[in-house]
Amino acid sequence: MAIPVAYNFRNLLVRKTTTVMTALGIALTVSVLLAILALVNGLNSSLHSTGNPLHVLVLRKGSTTELVSNFTRANFQVLKDKPGIARDSSGQPLASLELVTILNLANASNPDGQNITLRGVTPAGIELRENLKIAQGRWFEPGKREVTVGDSIAKDYPQARLGSKLRLGSWDWDVVGVMSAGQSATNSEIFADLNQLSADQNRSAVLSSALVRTTDPVAADALIKNIEADQQLNMTAMSEKTYYDNQTSSGAPVEFLGIFCSIIMAVGSAFAAMNTMYAAVARRTAEIGTLRVLGFSRGSVLLSFFIEAVLLSLIGGLLGCILVLPLNGITTSIGNFATFSQTAFNFKVTPAIMAQGVIFAIVLGAFGGLFPSFNASRKEIVAALREA
Amino acid sequence: MRHLPLILKNCWRNRRRTILTVLSMGVSICLLGVLLAIYHALFAVQPTEWGALRLVTRNRVSLTLPLPQGYREKIEQVPGVKVVGIEQWFGGKYIDDRPEHMFARFAAEPDKLFLYRGELTIPEDQKRAFQQDRSACIASRSLADKLGWKLGDRITLIGDIFPGNFEFTLKGIFDDPTHFEALYFSREDLEQSMSPRRRGNAGTFDILVDSKEDVPQVEKAVDDMFHNAPVQTKTESESAFFLSFVSFLGNIKLFLMSICAAVTFTILLVSANTIAMSVRERVREVGVLKALGYTRNIILGLILGEATVIATCGGVVGLLLASGLAGAVRNMPGVNFFPQFKNLTIVPPVAALCLLLAACIGLASSFIPALGASRISIVDALRSTE
Repeated sequence: MAIPVAYNFRNLLVRKTTTVMTALGIALTVSVLLAILALVNGLNSSLHSTGNPLHVLVLRKGSTTELVSNFTRANFQVLKDKPGIARDSSGQPLASLELVTILNLANASNPDGQNITLRGVTPAGIELRENLKIAQGRWFEPGKREVTVGDSIAKDYPQARLGSKLRLGSWDWDVVGVMSAGQSATNSEIFADLNQLSADQNRSAVLSSALVRTTDPVAADALIKNIEADQQLNMTAMSEKTYYDNQTSSGAPVEFLGIFCSIIMAVGSAFAAMNTMYAAVARRTAEIGTLRVLGFSRGSVLLSFFIEAVLLSLIGGLLGCILVLPLNGITTSIGNFATFSQTAFNFKVTPAIMAQGVIFAIVLGAFGGLFPSFNASRKEIVAALREA
Repeated sequence: MRHLPLILKNCWRNRRRTILTVLSMGVSICLLGVLLAIYHALFAVQPTEWGALRLVTRNRVSLTLPLPQGYREKIEQVPGVKVVGIEQWFGGKYIDDRPEHMFARFAAEPDKLFLYRGELTIPEDQKRAFQQDRSACIASRSLADKLGWKLGDRITLIGDIFPGNFEFTLKGIFDDPTHFEALYFSREDLEQSMSPRRRGNAGTFDILVDSKEDVPQVEKAVDDMFHNAPVQTKTESESAFFLSFVSFLGNIKLFLMSICAAVTFTILLVSANTIAMSVRERVREVGVLKALGYTRNIILGLILGEATVIATCGGVVGLLLASGLAGAVRNMPGVNFFPQFKNLTIVPPVAALCLLLAACIGLASSFIPALGASRISIVDALRSTE
């Protein structure tokens, strides 16, 4: 027969100082883990929501990122005539030739500046990105030195606010609008007119990449195969979704460091929980004897102490979730080695992540509680009663 | 001090608890030690003798954009500048994307490289072979040892920033005191692979100055010189240049600091909890000691001392673990690109800080229980049934 769980609850309540301290230790461990998971989750969901599976990104063969890719205007003409590309209302293929480069912007927390992706696009490029909306101001006008900035850029960098001027090389560019693209990585980019930008950068003939909309997923696959096989074009193609999904690896160093830290902290917390449970066992020796006399088996005593340890860590885990909740929604940014610039995103504390934290706490508590519970169950009745 | 044996005996009374506490604190202090060592390596370490004399000039907009090669002649004119070399980050791929095949690859100028990177040593004949053969490459000893390269081996790099396959013969292995894993090949070879339109660019200019005092002035002079040019420059000390890669990853300072704070607070909780437990169990004993004539202050000292001894033991265990862990961090494949981590050790200031922190935590965490115990009246203490 099992000892009621209420007994464990009351025991934790009676020793509230010890309970709170141990639980708080576990909570801190869990919150470190959760903070990292929330960060990685935020980054990934931002990148996952950027790519459209119908979009195909075309790069120079051998290059894995837009930044190091080259794309000539001649190649773009060949590409536009490929089968499977969707057309707009006027019958023009939905294809966008783009120039991707980087600029450096400084703010108070980064006086040396951070790299920001600057994308030269034509109206087709804006049309392709359906979730892209103007939040303030307007789009840049073709042929003018004007830019429209992503809303997280506008928020973070005073130089990129609406109405300011950005220095690119030898010229000043006016910030005429702020664009918003939901949670996507485009929020961390700056858009400008392709022709003006490429002329200023001496890259009129050789741009970076092309993005095309296909009519359906089957056509997308066929187009990718077609481009890969085209020896003359010598280009590589992938779905835009795959491209952004691959970039989630940029969160890997931080994720690794965070998980590494939380595992070490968990080992420390497990020892601490063990200490607390051993003390609990030692103090309640007489009680254990009584329970045994009442007819509870060794197994029930073991289970009861084990449950108590798990309860303790559960409290810690829940406390950890509460500690980390204020992080939810806070914007941060991390360097993306694919774009060699910053990707901004929000911390995302989701129920799934919190569940992971609670499970982590319970595993930790189970390790800490196992030996003390075993110890409790091994006590001889007579010796236990006499000790008191 | 004459109470030290008593303190030690008390520590060892509940062995299991003491060991668990020491282990728990040790593991946490180990983490703290490694994080502080990383912090130290990133933000506090002094550059080496040669490193302190080097500046790196890059494109103001971004490292990924080139500078015109012709800037070199102008930079050479700046007073205090001794040598200006060009280096170009190659990127690319060696065999596959496995982490052990990731290392730094640069196109450099064989005749200049060893002038401004004076800490690199290479046998004279290997150096000459590298300088005479455009298709030669050289590798650092740590890299050659890791991948089992011997002189004369053929090494193929697959370009991404610079398209094409590049084949080199390993003509030299150099020793680098920082154990950075790097491969250098001739910039001339890279230039020849490109269309004439793309030639004549430099990734970075590596400037060697005459003395440390010249650094700030050269930094300013170079950037001022190109302030109104179409392509502007950013010149900074080599250590600042390396640091910019780390800050690129995110706000590492804040990240390290918040984890350190969480760890410290956890240790404080663990330690306070243990001491409170052991004091609570010993109330009656305190009564006996008091009845024997031990004063409040001695009782206070005994308990504070016990906590400090246990915490310091935790600190020592933690530091031992930390030096092992630092070794593991040094050998992680991903750290190849961060020369700061290649020599990560628990340096004396970090070790001292950890021990000090451990002792302080011991004192702080035991203060309240110790105060309570020292103040309890003899009668109450003796009556206690704990």
